[in-house]
Amino acid sequence: MSSLTGTSSLSSDLRPRRRLHERLVLGLLQLSALLSVLITVGIVIALLRPALDFFREVSVFEFLTGTSWRPNLSPVSYGVLPIVAGTFMTTAVALLLAVPLGLGAAMYLSEYASDRTRRRLKPVLELLAGVPSVVYGFFALQFITPTVLQGWLGVNVGFTNALAAGIALGVMIIPTVASLSEDAMSAVPQSLRQGSLAMGANRMQTTLRVVVPAAISGISAAVVLGLSRAVGETMIVALASGGRPNLTADPREGMQTMTGYIAQTAGGENIVGSVSYNTLFAVGLLLFAITLVINIVSIALVRRLREEY
Amino acid sequence: MATRTKARAAADTDVVAGLAHGRSHERNVASVVFLGALWFSLFFGIVVLVVLIATTAIEGSARFDTDLVTNYDSTLFPDSAGVRAALVGTLWLMVTTALLAVPVGIAAAVYLEEFADNRRWYNRLIEVNLQNLAAVPSVIYGMLAVAIAALFGSDTTNIVLVGAVALGLLILPVIIISTRESVRAVPREIREGSLALGATPIQTTWRQVLPSAIPGISTGTILALSRAIGEAAPLLLLGVGTILFTPNGILSGFTAMPVQVYTWTADAQEEYQIAAAAAIIVLMAMVLALNGLAIYIRNRFQRRW
Repeated sequence: MSSLTGTSSLSSDLRPRRRLHERLVLGLLQLSALLSVLITVGIVIALLRPALDFFREVSVFEFLTGTSWRPNLSPVSYGVLPIVAGTFMTTAVALLLAVPLGLGAAMYLSEYASDRTRRRLKPVLELLAGVPSVVYGFFALQFITPTVLQGWLGVNVGFTNALAAGIALGVMIIPTVASLSEDAMSAVPQSLRQGSLAMGANRMQTTLRVVVPAAISGISAAVVLGLSRAVGETMIVALASGGRPNLTADPREGMQTMTGYIAQTAGGENIVGSVSYNTLFAVGLLLFAITLVINIVSIALVRRLREEY
Repeated sequence: MATRTKARAAADTDVVAGLAHGRSHERNVASVVFLGALWFSLFFGIVVLVVLIATTAIEGSARFDTDLVTNYDSTLFPDSAGVRAALVGTLWLMVTTALLAVPVGIAAAVYLEEFADNRRWYNRLIEVNLQNLAAVPSVIYGMLAVAIAALFGSDTTNIVLVGAVALGLLILPVIIISTRESVRAVPREIREGSLALGATPIQTTWRQVLPSAIPGISTGTILALSRAIGEAAPLLLLGVGTILFTPNGILSGFTAMPVQVYTWTADAQEEYQIAAAAAIIVLMAMVLALNGLAIYIRNRFQRRW
């Protein structure tokens, strides 16, 4: 009897000891992790409340399909399409630049560079993502537009234009595209490369026909993440893309974007609860919704990548 | 495990490189052009970075004087306007942001990596949510901070504390993700050894796992902070503009380097463009110093198991 209790108390001692203050610590850790969910909920509430006030004055249909964005001029008009188009124009220019260059850099780092070269060059390339975006905005205004576009390329552009803003955006997201694509390509098993090389393919053919197709979901995730960055980036477009809503397909013209509108309007005086204040949050909500969809696509693509190998 | 895979990958690369060094197929025009294009892609970004720093430094060189850091902004004397308020404000902001975000970020990462059962739906939700948060536009965090300030009954949002809340929330997902990676890299044997000696899971985490992960955590945290001090967009939402004093507490009004750069860049006057260029060099020096520190810590202290 006593020996049995002895054994049982011994075995209970061997279980991990749970002490009161440890439970407290664990609770605190759990709370910190939960905070991230609270942030999302907070964002939704923070955006939704003023946005709902806005939609009490302006119908959702008018907001989403209107082609005239004049929130501060009379006669006022709240058609968001011109600034959405501005966002898509600058983003498209950015992707046209960043996708080929980012993929090229990733292919070189993953398939051609030695380990040492990769270790040295990758941090330098990643510095591009660390440059504050307001600096890129200045660079677009002071260098890309006057020197590169008007000077070297002879493009007829104004002081602010979507092209320069898009180019600066593109440079900023090169590391995003390159870094994630490089991870995806490096994760492709060596046996696939060896098989291709053994069949007599050279490294270019192996890279383009074996490695890239095998890593395609990771590469798409990288591109989609770059897209999301470009859509949400604010300071570059606030400075370099201009402040005039402009529904046009010509990237040489200045056009306001969603984030540009938010930054330029937030800088002014806005009375809390006024329509102009609520308009900011309605645009913010739309921006959040667009990036949310893009991010979910990206996360789903990354998940497919992980399941393959 | 990771090192073994890496070693094998390295050995494999040697084999492949050896095969590829036959080079019989590498000499045709297409593959040379292809390689040239890859080189171009890689160096394009690096060249842009150099050009950006060089042209900005040349433009701002006229203002590399002591006025730049000792004077406040000025509408009367644009030639001698300085970044004093912005520089001190950015330092205040950086420290407050770090104090808010780093402990919470590390705690959340430790929970998710060491204690969370990721078969539970709520832990998987946290996971997906984090990935999404890391890609939410920074300007949205400014709106969130305004709402949080309103929750506490404050209409003044252009103070250090609210700015730090906005930036802290912005970099929290980044800190969590990078901390998780460093915690994950600590080998399981260290945890098992500690548990076998009778330490509780919490003791194991605190005394074994976290100390081993410190270099990785510091690298990720410093990079996140360097991102935070370059952010202007959320601060604009808080109404942060030009002020002519340095903050004296977390409830004090402030301005920050990127906001100052934005204000000057948006001003048409030539003197302010030059001042903006000079201020950018100061800001870039801070960002590059933080990045350099992070890379140094990574190379010098990071253990590879």
